[in-house]
Amino acid sequence: MSSSDRFRLREFAVTSLTKYYEGLEQVIRTDRMPHIFCPGCGLGIILKGLAEAILKSGIPINRHVGVSGIGCTGRLPGYLRIDAYHVTHGRAVAFAVGLKLANPELEVTVVGGDGDIVTIGGNHFIHAARRNHDINVIIVNNFIYGMTGGQYGATTPTGSYTTTSPYGHVEYPFNIPLLAYASGATFIARWTPIHYAQMVDAFLQMFEHKGFAVVEIIAPCVLYGERNRFPSYTDMVKYFRDRCVIDHEADLRKIGISLDPKEPLVIGNFYKVRRKTYEELYKELIERVSKEGAKE
Amino acid sequence: MSMNKVLEKKLLEPLSGNHAVAYAVRDCDVDVISAYPITPQTTIVEKLAEFVASGELDAEFLHVESEHSALSAAIGAAASGARAFTATSSQGLALMYEVLFIASGMRIPMVMALVTRALSAPINIWNDHSDLMASQDTGWIQLVSTNNQEAYDFIIIGYKLSEREDVMLPVMVALDGYIQSHTIEPVQLEDPEKVRKFVPKKKRPVTLDPEKPVSFGTLGDPDWYYEFKIQQAEALERAYQAYKEVSSEFSQYFGRSYEPFQILYGEDSDAILVVLGAHTGTFLKAVEMARREGMKIGLGVIRMLRPFPPEVSKYLSQYSFIGVADKAINFGSASGSYLTNDIATSLYLEGASSRITTYIYGIGGRPVKIEDALYVVRHLWRISKRLEEVPKKPVFVGVRY
Repeated sequence: MSSSDRFRLREFAVTSLTKYYEGLEQVIRTDRMPHIFCPGCGLGIILKGLAEAILKSGIPINRHVGVSGIGCTGRLPGYLRIDAYHVTHGRAVAFAVGLKLANPELEVTVVGGDGDIVTIGGNHFIHAARRNHDINVIIVNNFIYGMTGGQYGATTPTGSYTTTSPYGHVEYPFNIPLLAYASGATFIARWTPIHYAQMVDAFLQMFEHKGFAVVEIIAPCVLYGERNRFPSYTDMVKYFRDRCVIDHEADLRKIGISLDPKEPLVIGNFYKVRRKTYEELYKELIERVSKEGAKE
Repeated sequence: MSMNKVLEKKLLEPLSGNHAVAYAVRDCDVDVISAYPITPQTTIVEKLAEFVASGELDAEFLHVESEHSALSAAIGAAASGARAFTATSSQGLALMYEVLFIASGMRIPMVMALVTRALSAPINIWNDHSDLMASQDTGWIQLVSTNNQEAYDFIIIGYKLSEREDVMLPVMVALDGYIQSHTIEPVQLEDPEKVRKFVPKKKRPVTLDPEKPVSFGTLGDPDWYYEFKIQQAEALERAYQAYKEVSSEFSQYFGRSYEPFQILYGEDSDAILVVLGAHTGTFLKAVEMARREGMKIGLGVIRMLRPFPPEVSKYLSQYSFIGVADKAINFGSASGSYLTNDIATSLYLEGASSRITTYIYGIGGRPVKIEDALYVVRHLWRISKRLEEVPKKPVFVGVRY
């Protein structure tokens, strides 16, 4: 490819992405286009959905904060016109917890991949969920470490082919909604980028919810697809269209993701319960102790 | 090309630095590989995953959930007597920091490849030596390769050195991110049988063994901790002599040898520039160009960073002017450079009064062109001719102010 071809391709990407995000310039940094996401990646759509939800949330944009770790998904908040912190690998949730405690007025949203949030950062994720911190966590699950070239992680379905499992993956993956539920999360949903309206709605519910909110987005990844029966982007979209079953009442124990073509991919807004958040409990504690006075 | 064909024809294999490391690990018949992906290291463990999956290497391949776990798993494997390997870069090494001390403190023989890369923040995936230099005080033996052949050879030398009973310490083999890791160079692969004869697996005196239970890493209270640490320090000091013996045996087997510290064009030079890592070639080229212009500058190449080779001060004390090129910034330290701090200390202890100029270059992947290297060499020459003062602070090569 000549440099003029490359230039034209870049111009085309800038024009089409700017058009795609038209009307959302208040939240999306269209001046940073083209973004780094591969053609066929789900992250561009998720970026649009999140931006739309931020606009519709009724919460002033300057109160929204995006926190991310490392990986393709980690780059997403950098394209949002909100305060964003790009921290170390796996530590986005830990960072967000500190941010929220220091300033509970902020609407803190962590955006991370499966490798970042539930693999290297799994410990922070389960403990923040257990304490029911009032933060939002969007986990973009593409079954793989995309940015480093396609190694398996904690959500890679058994039997998948990756660069570190060239003859098939033998481990059992995490079932993220069940993990979130067992850890204490109080809002749990799962969608895909092709369920755009439902995804935006889940983001809005997540903003509204007081407590630890988890939205898992199963996203197409061309790196995963090319080794696993989805040679093109449309194959993955077709897979989402054909296999997805919306079931808000699904038994979370039964919605693990399998490569078996007979198994459905269950999506929906699975769980929502109001429980006092860590921030509320902590505030109550301070008020009570201030009133009673310190122990002798 | 298959392994057998290479052996038949004795061809040089075109290999990236990362693949050279993977082949060396295969040839050393490593038992356990634990890994976590990080740029630019990832293709080492990907290649190893292929070797394990295809049966070319009979090993367990663990892809764990973080670098902290990757090194912990390798230590566990090595403690049970297995030959273990892991590889990392930058933030991965930083996350391993706690475990680095465990490996050296428990006297665990193993080898880790470090594909050098700048440290966050801001995040940067390109090459410099921040990660390597920041880990120099963790008790590991550190070998720094300057090309892909050395990366292959140092892994093999590393296992031999690490497993010696008078050493029993972990070895870190550094290669520069991208400049070596992703650049293809001809590499002489050796017959795996011969490599395995050079690094035979022996039963080590102390391993975890259900027949003879021992405890590792238990509380060392003030009655004993000091003695453990002195023994560890002495073992690391012995590693220098042990390296020379291993290196000499390696050269008998394979015909290549590497001095811990090497001086090129030393005899008639007015000053010596000390370097390490992949840019050695760039600086060597600059030195040769400058010599043709009549500037008599020599080059000192450090291949063993820890233990710091004693001959560095012995050789360098003969020169009045020394330049040190460091691809890392040692924030707030006396000289601002890790390498200068070491060299200055060793010269002082030797009683030498040589003057040192520090050159910081290539930070965060800033390209190092031949012009940059020439600038360094010419600057050092002007100092040696007293045309310029010795600067008190580092000269930052290629930075915008």
